[in-house]
Formats: sequence, C-alpha cells, structure tokens
Amino acid sequence: MTLDVARARKDFPILDRQVRGGKPLIYLDSANTSQKPRQVIDAISGFYERHNANIHRATHELGEEATAAYEGARVKVAGFIGARDEAEIVFTKNISEAINLVAYSLGNASAGAPSPERFRLGPGDEIVVTEMEHHSDLVPWQLLCQRTGATLRWFGVTPDGRLDLSALDDLINERTRLVALVHQSNVLGTINPVRMIADRAHAVGALVLADAAQSVPHMPVDVQDLGADFVGFTGHKMCGPTGIGVLWARRELLEEMPPFLGGGEMIETVWMDHSTFAAPPHKFEAGTMPIAEAAGLAAAIDYLNETGLESIHAHEQALLKDALTQLAAIEGLRILGPAEPADRGTAISFEVDGVHPHDVSQVLDGLGIAVRAGHHCAWPLHRALGVQASTRASFYLYNTHEEVAALAEGIRQARKFFGVS
Amino acid sequence: MQIQSLYQEIILDHYRNPHHKGLREPFDAEVHHVNPTCGDEVTLRVTLKDAGGDPVVTDVSYDALGCSISQASASVMSDLVIGKPVSEAMRISQEFLNLMQSKGEATPDESTLEDAVAFAGVSRYPARIKCALLGWMAWKDATGRALDETTGRAS
Repeated sequence: MTLDVARARKDFPILDRQVRGGKPLIYLDSANTSQKPRQVIDAISGFYERHNANIHRATHELGEEATAAYEGARVKVAGFIGARDEAEIVFTKNISEAINLVAYSLGNASAGAPSPERFRLGPGDEIVVTEMEHHSDLVPWQLLCQRTGATLRWFGVTPDGRLDLSALDDLINERTRLVALVHQSNVLGTINPVRMIADRAHAVGALVLADAAQSVPHMPVDVQDLGADFVGFTGHKMCGPTGIGVLWARRELLEEMPPFLGGGEMIETVWMDHSTFAAPPHKFEAGTMPIAEAAGLAAAIDYLNETGLESIHAHEQALLKDALTQLAAIEGLRILGPAEPADRGTAISFEVDGVHPHDVSQVLDGLGIAVRAGHHCAWPLHRALGVQASTRASFYLYNTHEEVAALAEGIRQARKFFGVS
Repeated sequence: MQIQSLYQEIILDHYRNPHHKGLREPFDAEVHHVNPTCGDEVTLRVTLKDAGGDPVVTDVSYDALGCSISQASASVMSDLVIGKPVSEAMRISQEFLNLMQSKGEATPDESTLEDAVAFAGVSRYPARIKCALLGWMAWKDATGRALDETTGRAS
C-alpha cells in the first residue's frame, strides 16, 4: 500500500499554515518534534471534554472511563512494539525521563535500596555508551558514574558516521554492567546494530538500553527482535503529544529494580516510616500521570497503524534517496553520516562551506522552510566529526518531493546570499 | 527576502572582514564563551590601561567560530570599545543590550552605537539575540576579570 501523502497531509491542520509573511510552511524538523494529525488533537480535547477524571482510585463512571483510556493506551503501546505484557510499559513524561528512570533506579540500588546485586554499581564497574548519543542518553550515565564511582567508556564513530566497532571486545568485557546506545542517530540517521551489540553485552552479563526515539516513529520496531533490556521512545516524535514517553523493560527487571520517583499511586501500603510498593509498571509511575496525553499517544498509534508503518517507511526512504542525491549535487555541501540510504533514517545533517548553519537555517526560514541548526543535542558527536555545528533537515510521512526540491533550492539561495557561489 | 532586514550590508561586511580578529599579547584577561544553542564560541582577551583610575580599553583580541551575526557583532563591538574608558564602553554595552531586548520597537542611537545600529533587526528574531550578544558578554566578562586583577595590584 503506497502512502497517499496528499491525503495524509490533510490530516495535519498545521500544514495549512503560512509563515514569515505568506510562505507556505515546509516543515523539515520532525526529528525535533513531529506535527500532529487531527485525530490526535481530537483525542486529547475529547478526553477533556467527555472523559476527564483521575484514574485508578476514582470510584465513579468518569473515573472508569479515564482509567480505561489510560490503561488502554498502555495496552496499545505494548502491541505497537511487540511487548509480551503491558506491565512492561512504563509511561514517563518523555524519553529523557525514561532513561533517567533506569539510571536513577540503578543508582538507588547502588546506594542501598533493596535490590539484587546485579543492579548495584560501584568502582571498577563500567558503563558503555557511544560518541553518537543524544545528550539524553549520555548525561544520565555520566551522572550515574559520578554517583557510584563506575567508569564511563564509549564507542567512537568512524568518519562516515557509523559506530567504530573495532574496540568491541575491549569495551564490552566482564566489568561491563550496562551498555546504552542509540538505535537511530538523530544527527546522522545511522541505524546501529543493536542486536549484535546486545548479544555481546548479554554474554558478559551486562544490561542493554536502546534509545529508540528516532526509530519507533519511522519503522516497525519489535522489542523482542531488537534484543535490548530497556527501550525508550517518546510520544511527541511519533505524531503524539508532548508530555508522554515510554520505557519498555523486561518484566523480570522491573520487578526487581527499586523505584525512581516516590509518591502516590506507586505504593502498596504506606506508614510513617516506610512504604511498600506496587507491582510494575505502576511502581514507576508516581503521582498523576499525563492521562490525556496517553489518550493522545493511543490515537497517534492508531493513526500510524492505519496509515501503515511500512508505507511510511517506504515513503521516507524515497524522500531520503531524493534528498541525498539533491544535496550531494550542491557544491560546497558536505553530508555528515552515511551518504547512502541503506541502514539509515531520514535525518540529514550537513555543512555548507562558508555559510554557518545558523545563517543557512535563517535563509531557509525566510523561505518558509523549518530546519534545525547547531549540535542537535549531540555536541560530542560534532566534535568527533570535526564539525563546529551543522544544519539538519528531517523528514516524516507528511513531507513531499517538492519540499525536498525546495530545500535544495533554499540552500543554493543561502550560498548566493552569503557570497560563496 | 525579508531577511535583508536582519542581514544589513554592514553586518555582512563585518562578517567578511572582521575587525581586530586574532588573539594578541599582552592581555590582562582571557575568557571563553559558548552559545550552547548553536555552537558559536569565542575566546576573547582584553587589555586595559589604567588611566588615573578610569581604565581604558586598549585592545580587544578574539578568536571566534560562529554565525555571521555573532562574528559581525564581535567585530563591531571591538571597534566600539577599543580606545574608550571602561565606564563609557559599559554604557554602550548596556545600550546595545537594550536594543537587543527591544523586540523591534526601539530606534537605536547611531551616535552612540555607530555600526551596531545595523543589528536592530536582530531583536525581532529571538533565536539570534544570543548570537549578537556573545561577543559583548565575553568582553564584559573579560573586562570584569581584568579589573578584579588590577584592584589586586599595588597602586
């Protein structure tokens, strides 16, 4: 089933907008946040209009409806990623929080919270990340190493933007306790061999966390196949609202990990001097959660399923191929990361000789084209590639080949304006 | 293009030929500032001459990597402050900051700000304000440190 982009675009009210004095919006910043279809917007406002109440503890009909909406969203998310059990789905506010949940839970275990030995980290233990991580899958591990005395190590990147696996056996060894890596890079589009690395990590008894923020929205992801123990992603990058993220984790891990945030709803019994905790996933969901946002995420999943993730992916690969070709033809433009569509998603970061990314993006903005300039929350990656800053265009199901052409033309105009062509 | 109101010719001139660029010695203080949003960075040195209690900025030297707005602004800033007493340069700096925060409403005073009036359009693009201020903030920081140094010296 080929994606009918023209029809899909009609679902997104914001795509009607004009910007900068009458230019039609050309939104090429979906890696930053995705636009939302009417169905998601309606699900959120509909929840507030007809079903709003708090969940779990309410003993009235509205409470039942609200609970059904929230827990129904959990079941839907589980099905979307191939989880065996909805108890393996923990809602958070975003993926940064999901990753911090794991880091703080391990940190709490290390600081003495009741838990099995495998979660306790200390001096001599190693946590392995990569040089292409988004700051949200890097900084939490730096902080965890500071708190526990464990050592942070990392995979480097090759000049063409892939993981440098030459040190694999050195980096993943008997001291390794956790490996955290990005599934699809938000800067380079690179898709990493998570399964292969996870298998190596498991062989030495280490846990594996995958940052799937940029993969889950764009292609079918099955957590059983991916091989990691923890997978994080976020609603707002997959046509859902901001304020809701997901941590999927193996049930046996969630059962034994100590809590992250303490508070209402995550408890079983409470005394003045101690409490006992609920079973997962509720053990990790303190206080009132983003209920309406969960309803929005459920609607986003319905939308992606009805549109067809395979069709979306095929459309994006076509856009990617087109964009890589058109951009490569521009003199003085250097694409960071893989120049071929294979094993690569639709974020394209690039440099333009003699024109700073902030200036490129300003010219494009003047033409109605929204991109991102800077490090894209991956500063070490830019340093590793010897790049001060880059411009990033990222595509999603609602982008067109005309928009790809407009991007290329806009970059040409930027070069002319700044006198390098 | 609308952006011509942002990218005045003066700005592009300073970007193509930045004044006082390069790191020089001697200097009294050096700072390193970054704009985490977009990757602009500047290393800036300040040399002051103590002139009867009201120190004068004798040199501002810098090495910077960044967008046209940040580079041009550092160039214009160095033109404006070199040779002036610190107190006067600080007043000019405050006036430039006010211009940046004016949301496009203010009419800049050319007699004080000279080439810096070209940046008036920046105040309508919130994402670029930090770019225009980067060099100024670095200069203020370096000057502050240089003054702290001199108050420690025997007079």
